[in-house]
Amino acid sequence: MHADPIGVLTGAHFIDGDHACSEGAIAAGCRFVAGYPITPSTEVVERIADRFPFVGGVFIQMEDEIASSIAIQGAVWGGKKAMTVTSGPGFSLMMEHIGLAAMTETPCVFVDVQRAGPSTGLPTMPAQGDMMQARWGSHGDYQIIAIAPNSPQECFDLTIHAFNLSERYRVPVMMMMDECVGHMIERVVIPAAEKIEVHNRKVYEGPKENYLPFEAGRDLVPMMVKAGDGYRIHVTGLTHDEKGYPNMSVSAQGKLVQRLMDKIRLHADDIIKYEEENIEGADIVVVTYGITSRTAIPAIEQARAKGLKVGHLRLIVCWPFPEKRIRELAGRVKSIVVPELNMGQMVYEVERCAAGKCNIVSVPHAGGTVHQPKDILAAIEKSIRGK
Amino acid sequence: MPRTEIKIGGFGGQGVILSGYILGRAASIFDNKNATMIQAFGPEARGSATSAQLIISDEPITYPYIVAPNVMVLMSQEAYSKFSPELAPGGMLLTEEDLVATHNLRSDVKHYSIPATRFAEELGKRLVLNIVMLGFATAITNIVGREAARNAVKVSVPKGTEELNFAAFEKGYEYGLKLLKGEPEKVLA
Repeated sequence: MHADPIGVLTGAHFIDGDHACSEGAIAAGCRFVAGYPITPSTEVVERIADRFPFVGGVFIQMEDEIASSIAIQGAVWGGKKAMTVTSGPGFSLMMEHIGLAAMTETPCVFVDVQRAGPSTGLPTMPAQGDMMQARWGSHGDYQIIAIAPNSPQECFDLTIHAFNLSERYRVPVMMMMDECVGHMIERVVIPAAEKIEVHNRKVYEGPKENYLPFEAGRDLVPMMVKAGDGYRIHVTGLTHDEKGYPNMSVSAQGKLVQRLMDKIRLHADDIIKYEEENIEGADIVVVTYGITSRTAIPAIEQARAKGLKVGHLRLIVCWPFPEKRIRELAGRVKSIVVPELNMGQMVYEVERCAAGKCNIVSVPHAGGTVHQPKDILAAIEKSIRGK
Repeated sequence: MPRTEIKIGGFGGQGVILSGYILGRAASIFDNKNATMIQAFGPEARGSATSAQLIISDEPITYPYIVAPNVMVLMSQEAYSKFSPELAPGGMLLTEEDLVATHNLRSDVKHYSIPATRFAEELGKRLVLNIVMLGFATAITNIVGREAARNAVKVSVPKGTEELNFAAFEKGYEYGLKLLKGEPEKVLA
């Protein structure tokens, strides 16, 4: 399906990442946003509030992030595409309902424009400190998808992608932006509506008496209906059976949680997305995501100019993590260098997959600004010293 | 054009951010270049010396922050004291003549000034000082073309004020050309 032209501002714009995210959401068909504005994500909802009246959308400024993250799920079960927008402190409050969205298989998008934490931290300055929280922040076992854009253009493109993935797999999808990308102003080209691919959830239209809202076919993703269509549905955060009714048995728990995990694992190769440069023949690979992928490039270029064989792997989708690719690279390179605007988070995933097969060097940064390329260069050089 | 870093500074309310935005928009939308703009977001953006940071390049822009600006456009004394030491060696400094006294200016800096506030007042609106500065910077630096800059002004200023802003832009542009005696200066990058 293509985007509804009513929401698509085709043309070249000079806008920031936050506004590009809003436009991506609108182009993807999002028509309900609830949020509690917080720096540095405020511009996303500001633009949504400004634009929604013209596209038939509803924006509600809620009393807090807890309410925002549950309001969007009500809208989704009412048939809309919906998202909420926040930064670290609000993201922490949303954790409970990220689990609810995972458990009830409610397709929705959570935008986190990351700032330096913990707690209130540095409201106007960038970090990438919520990467593990995005994956593990809610209790219990579940899977999510997380995406890290590195430019305003990608804030547009990948927000559409986030909605498409959430609709296809019925999972909460996190847009892991950061203050730098969110407030950076660059050219954003919005294509014509018919060039924008939009996916919608599979809708059940069969006989009412046979409908089992949580029965999945081979792709493990159940079909949805919306409240008011006349189908019997029951949506609960309690462990439930195919009917959606609470079922407090070990077998129902095992079956449901296994499927919630497997539906992402089964499709991981389709979901995982990364970009590689100069990987063939590399001795060192720098693994980056989000804004760090840009600050690493001058360092990689300087290292290559010094004769080091350095490749670059940029995660576009961070969760699910490209385990197979990292495992394979670790078996043939000398080192993997992981700069992040946190004290070391995704580097744990790299270490886990590398399983001791090569040297792993973390380049931590507490946030507040971006890495200096010279620090990444020093880590690249250090990573193969004595090897 | 290689990576060129530009910092525009002044006090809140002078249209510092807007002039940076228009310059970036001129480069990236109307002049086939890449532009990345970062603006001050902290409390410094509300009252004291504020700034817009802009990178313009023919190449993709990787590192998003400016390191040592090649060009600086300053519209207040505080901005001069705070920012001018950051200028790259051989950098270019453009100042508002009546608002900035350029004490202790490094000898390697190429300096140009314009009485932009007076020109803006002559046009009837002091508010367009930033667009006078923009026209001046366009002429002196040649970072973006005159047409690209004019196009960007047109789509960035409030509807109904286009003519006033064009007049302001041309005032600054012509003054810049006159200073250069028609010879555009090369920006070091």
